[in-house]
Amino acid sequence: MITIKELSDDNLFTAGHTACPGCGVALSIRNAIRVFGKDTAVYVPASCAVVFGSTFPLGAWKVPFFHTAFENTGACLTGMQAAFEKKGKKVTVVGFAGDGGTYDIGLQSMSGAAERNEDVIYICLDNEAYMNTGIQRSGGTPFGAWTTTTPVGTKIQGNQRFKKNLGDIVVAHEIPYYATLSIGHPLDFIRKVEKAKNMKGFRFLHMFTPCIPGWKMDPAKTVEVTKRAVESGMWTLYEVENGEKKITYKPGKMKSVKDYLNMQGRFRHMSDEDINKLQMWVCRKWNLHYREKGAPDVCEIAPLDEHHAITEEHREMHGP
Amino acid sequence: MKKVITGDHAVAIGAKLCRVDVVPAYPITPQTLIIEHIADFVNDGELDTKFLTMESEHSVMSAAAGASAAGARVFTATSSQGLAFMHEMLYATAPLRLPVVMANASRTLGGPPGIWCEYNDSMGARDSGWLQLYVEDNQEALDMIIQSFKIAEDKRVLLPVMPCLDGFVLTHTVEPVDIPAQEDVDSFLAPYEPDIILDPARPAMIGTFMPAEYIMELRRQTVEAFESAKDVIMEVNDEFAKKFGRDYGGLVDTYRMDDAKVALITMGTVTSTSREVVDELRQKGEKVGIIKLRFFRPFPSGELRNLASNLDALGVFDRSISYHGGGPVYNEVRSALFGMTIPVIDHLAGLGGRDVTKEQIFKMFELTSRAAKGEKVKEVNWHNTRGETV
Repeated sequence: MITIKELSDDNLFTAGHTACPGCGVALSIRNAIRVFGKDTAVYVPASCAVVFGSTFPLGAWKVPFFHTAFENTGACLTGMQAAFEKKGKKVTVVGFAGDGGTYDIGLQSMSGAAERNEDVIYICLDNEAYMNTGIQRSGGTPFGAWTTTTPVGTKIQGNQRFKKNLGDIVVAHEIPYYATLSIGHPLDFIRKVEKAKNMKGFRFLHMFTPCIPGWKMDPAKTVEVTKRAVESGMWTLYEVENGEKKITYKPGKMKSVKDYLNMQGRFRHMSDEDINKLQMWVCRKWNLHYREKGAPDVCEIAPLDEHHAITEEHREMHGP
Repeated sequence: MKKVITGDHAVAIGAKLCRVDVVPAYPITPQTLIIEHIADFVNDGELDTKFLTMESEHSVMSAAAGASAAGARVFTATSSQGLAFMHEMLYATAPLRLPVVMANASRTLGGPPGIWCEYNDSMGARDSGWLQLYVEDNQEALDMIIQSFKIAEDKRVLLPVMPCLDGFVLTHTVEPVDIPAQEDVDSFLAPYEPDIILDPARPAMIGTFMPAEYIMELRRQTVEAFESAKDVIMEVNDEFAKKFGRDYGGLVDTYRMDDAKVALITMGTVTSTSREVVDELRQKGEKVGIIKLRFFRPFPSGELRNLASNLDALGVFDRSISYHGGGPVYNEVRSALFGMTIPVIDHLAGLGGRDVTKEQIFKMFELTSRAAKGEKVKEVNWHNTRGETV
C-alpha cells in the first residue's frame, strides 16, 4: 500500500483551475488522480468540475479528459473502456460525477454500467446538492438543509426528505467494490482509491466533498467539517468488497449532530424539533453501522424534550 | 455472393464487413433485427467487436461517443422514440467530430404511438450535425453502411452519418442482395486512424466547456465540414461504383430526367413505385422524371437548382409534416430554389406508415403537371387522407 509520502507529486490535475478556495471536489479529484497515475482516462459529466477544470482554452487535466452531457457517466465510461480494451490498451477509466449526476439524473446510466460490471471506476463527488447550477436540492441533500429549491420559508424550512441511501442501491448491484471516502481521513482515502485501482470490474468510490458556498461555511474548514460529519455519524466510512461489508473507521463516542450542523449556514435555521428529527435519523444509521450483533443500541443521544419544539415566539427571536 | 435477406440483415452485414470495433445496442422496433444479427455474428465468432447491451438509447449514443473518442470505429442502430431519446447525444457527437455510423429504421415518432414508416423521427435530427441519407432498397442499405464509414472517417469530414431505411418496407422485407467480399471491403475502407483521441500517451481534452469567445468558430468549422462532405460523398460514390459496380449518384439520383418538364422529388422506397409510374406516364408521352433525394444532410441545393432549371414544375414527396404547413423536404426545396419561378408542389403521403400506392403517385404527377400548365393548385396536398384529401 502506498503512503502519503510515496504519492506521486505529478500534478495530473494541475494548479490554476478555478474551483472555489476550500472546494472538496477539487481536493478529492487531485488526490484521487495522484493515486490513479498517468495511465488514466477520465469522464466528467456536467458539473462544477467541468467548468473549473476544463473551460476552453484552459484545462487542468494532464490525463485524457472527456465530457459530453450530464446523465451519462456510466455509459460514456462503458464506451471508453470498450474502445481501450478492443485496441489492447491498459487504461484506468474513471468517471467523476456529482451527486445530482449520480443520485438523480445519472442513476440509470450508473446502474446499467454497474449491472454489466463494466471494468471502470465510478466516483461520486457528493456535495449534497446541485452546486453548479447554484445550490438546488438533489436526492443526496440531507434533511433540513437550505437550498434554493428548499428555501427557508415561513411555512416550510429547508429540505423535508432524508438523504437517499445511495450506498445500498449501488451495493445491491453485487459489484466488486463500493467504498465511502472522506478527505478528512486521507490514509483511508488513499487506501481505498488504490484498492479500487488494483481491482477489476465496476468499482464505486463515494466521496464526501464539502462545498463552501453551498454549505455556507468557512473555506478553511473543509477538512474539519468532514471529520465532524464522520464523528457525528452523518457520514460513515466503510467498504463493501465482494459483498463483505467492513467498517474502515469507527468514531469514538457519538458526537451530537449539532457539532456538525453548527459549522454550516445551510442548517442555521433549523428548529430544535428538526434537529432532533435529524438526530434520530442519524442514530438509526449509527446503530445500523456500528452496533455489534446482539448488543444494545449504541446511540446515546436522547431525543429533546417536547418544549424545545419550534414556536412562533422562537422564530421571532431567532429568525427563519 | 447473393443472398435473399431483410434490410435489417443487410445493414448488419454491412457493419460486419466494416469490421466495427464497438457496437452499443438497445432494441427498438423495427431496428431490433439489426442488433440481433450483430449479436449472432459476435457470439458465433464471425465478428470481433465489443458488443455492449446498454440500458437505453441515450446510453447507446453516450457509449458510442466515448468509444469513438477513444479511437474505435463505432456502429449502432435505432429508430423513432429511441432516436428521440438519444437526441441530446446527437448534438454531442457531431461537433466533437466523432464519426459514428448509426442506421435509423424510419418509424413514426409518437404520439400517438405506431411502429410504421414515417420520417418525423429523423427529420427532427436534421440540425444536429449528422449527415443523413435515405435508401431505396436492401442492396443500397448494405452498400451505404460501407460508404457511410468512408465518408464519416474522411479527415475532410469527420462527422457522424445516419443512413435511414424505411421501417418494415425494407427492415422486415426480403430482397436479393449482393454481398461484397470481405477483402474487397477491406481494400475499399481503410482502418480508422484518427489524429486526436483519448490516449494517455498523448493526453487530450475532448468536449471541454466552451465559452462564447470560441463556439462560433467551432460551428463554422462544422459547416465547412458539411460543405466538404458534398465532394467526399461524390468521390466515395464513384470509387464504390468502380469497385463494386453499383453507382448511386451521390447526393441525388435521377430517373428519366434528361428531357423532363415535370419531376417529383422522392425519398426511400417510394422511389421504386414512382419509377413504374414514370414509365407508364412516359408511354403516354408525358415528359416526367424523378429526382431521388438521397442525402438530406448535406442538402444538395446546387444539384436541385441545376435539375430544376429545365423544369416547368416540381413536385415534392414528404413523409412527415412540419406543423406550420408543408413537410420539411418541401421547405428545404423551396429554400434551395429561391428566386426560381417554377411552381413547387408539396405532396404529403405515407405518414404513420400508410401505403403510398401508384394511384397516389399518379395524382402527385397530375397535380404537379397542372401547376406546370399554369393552373392553380394548392401548394400543400394531403394524399389519401380522410377529410382533407386531393
